[in-house]
Amino acid sequence: MNELEQRIREAGANHRPALIPFLTAGFPDTSSFWPTLMELDENGADIIEIGIPFSDPVADGPVVEKASRQALSDGVNLRDTLVGLQERKGLFNAGIVLMGYLNPFLQYGFDNLAHDAAEGGVHGLIVPDLPFEESAPLREALKRKNIALIPLVGPNTDVERMKLYANSEGYVYVVSVMGVTGARETLPPEVVETVKRARSVFHLPLALGFGLREPSQLDAFPAAVRPDAVVFGSALLKHLEEGGTAAQFMARWH
Amino acid sequence: MKNSYFGEFGGCFVPELLMPPLLEVEAAMHDILPTEQFQLELQNLLHDYAGRETPLTHCPTLSRELGFDLWLKREDLLHTGAHKINNTLGQALLAKCMGKTSLVAETGAGQHGVATAAAAARLDMDCTIYMGAEDVKRQAPNVSRMQLLGARVQSVESGTRTLKDAINEALRAWITSQQTTHYCFGTAAGPHPFPTLVRIFQSVIGKETRAQMLDKTGRLPNAVVACVGGGSNAIGMFDTFLEDTDVRLIGVEAAGTGEPGCFNSAPLNLGTPGVLHGSYSMLLQTNEGQVEPSHSISAGLDYPSVGPQHAWLQKTGRVRYGLVKDANALSAFQRLCRAEGILPALESSHALAWVLDHPHEFASGDQVVVNLSGRGDKDMGIVNQVLGQKSQGVEA
Repeated sequence: MNELEQRIREAGANHRPALIPFLTAGFPDTSSFWPTLMELDENGADIIEIGIPFSDPVADGPVVEKASRQALSDGVNLRDTLVGLQERKGLFNAGIVLMGYLNPFLQYGFDNLAHDAAEGGVHGLIVPDLPFEESAPLREALKRKNIALIPLVGPNTDVERMKLYANSEGYVYVVSVMGVTGARETLPPEVVETVKRARSVFHLPLALGFGLREPSQLDAFPAAVRPDAVVFGSALLKHLEEGGTAAQFMARWH
Repeated sequence: MKNSYFGEFGGCFVPELLMPPLLEVEAAMHDILPTEQFQLELQNLLHDYAGRETPLTHCPTLSRELGFDLWLKREDLLHTGAHKINNTLGQALLAKCMGKTSLVAETGAGQHGVATAAAAARLDMDCTIYMGAEDVKRQAPNVSRMQLLGARVQSVESGTRTLKDAINEALRAWITSQQTTHYCFGTAAGPHPFPTLVRIFQSVIGKETRAQMLDKTGRLPNAVVACVGGGSNAIGMFDTFLEDTDVRLIGVEAAGTGEPGCFNSAPLNLGTPGVLHGSYSMLLQTNEGQVEPSHSISAGLDYPSVGPQHAWLQKTGRVRYGLVKDANALSAFQRLCRAEGILPALESSHALAWVLDHPHEFASGDQVVVNLSGRGDKDMGIVNQVLGQKSQGVEA
């Protein structure tokens, strides 16, 4: 079983959804990024998604885009992030996932990326602008290093398209809204249908993301289709930006 | 998806949430677009509303000065002032046949925005145009035109606040509105099927040119020249001639101010392969894969990437891609005004400038066609600004 799947299954065995915070590399600033990552790890993160900044993040809302642009102007890049992970390999309890747009990965070279990511203890990658049709070269390079390419599905992904991703590993990222990343007051009612549909196709754990800001948003789910994991990005970034700590934010979810 | 690549270039690098609407557009392109009824309706719109066919104008003065025959394909005479309307009428009609009620589009200088707004008004569709905040400021008259035509203009404050950010924002909006809305993409770039769809709608330019040339001279042109930003007027002009291997095809990119290392809009000449806006093509980017800002005096060429078919045509050598600096485009602009009484768009002035700057490339008796993709009225502000100091006052 892939490391990421295992983390989520362990949380499930303890009757709780796995917690997956998302933090843009270099956020809130370059010096406090790594301590913040550690703090998330020490405060119950089962998996941590590290956002690799890109100049044109089409799937992201204003909060993540702003963090991404700030990181770029601070000189944050993929190479240094991987080196930072290599220096800290083995220090995290959480599974480590990189989330970023294709072009920086492409320019780095897929084989180099797979090699250096494995050296840094990375367990998975999420590439929001890489649909199934274009994913084979990266997926194969990652597979050779036992790194999962996490698929994204959403409210408009029908069973047929979900099946394209059925052989994935790690977990399935279920996008809760027809839109970009960013916290919403409420989740749309069709999210329950999306999760149900994904359940019928995937044997993998389902992580719900985009739009989450507090645990009560999960109340809408009947117990049988409750997602196995929750991802929160924009809400966490906002909380940190407003001076809150990672520990405070994680405490909400316990 | 079928045939989403041109050689190694192209593809469909978008979030999964955009795959269903793109597959829907692809299906419409195969199932609706070729039908007799669609073609008839589109022909009527192009003929009676947009003003096709456009003339192929011989330039007597410049031809005499250059020593070969120079012709202009007059897309500047189309409704809304540029070739953009060929594509927006096609896509709007297709969207309507698909049951969509709204159009969303990006615009840089505003030409594609105006052409989309006009098509939406004509076909009774709702219309939202995304435009970078910088461009909203620089191109105020086009903002008013779009609004008068009934479009909502959304100013985009993110990123570099220009065309590429307007595309990001339009794509984001389309994720949310896809049920009712078609994304009327403005150039032959972006994710599949847009490079193909836009080429199909723009290829009327080359088809007419080829027939007009045969009619007027009894033979095919020796060379055909077009400016390349995203590349829609160029691919529309070149497409028909690709098989005519004796016809030289020359695309012209914007070199910007021209000093080494300056910002430019020339990914084919100065970029490297990469992915932006759904397509693997030539791209202005850093070694780390971050997209670099572009620059050109002509806002319509100001884009850091280019349609994937151009990247392929460059690689195969079928099309040669040259470079023209801001200043040379401006000289060509002035020269055409004086010599032939035609005020070209600064975009098209790049294509003309390449010919004027390379007369030795052509032999006496050659027939050379430049695609005059748009008219220059929209550029008066920038032209006056640049030439302002040198210009003479009005005679009393």
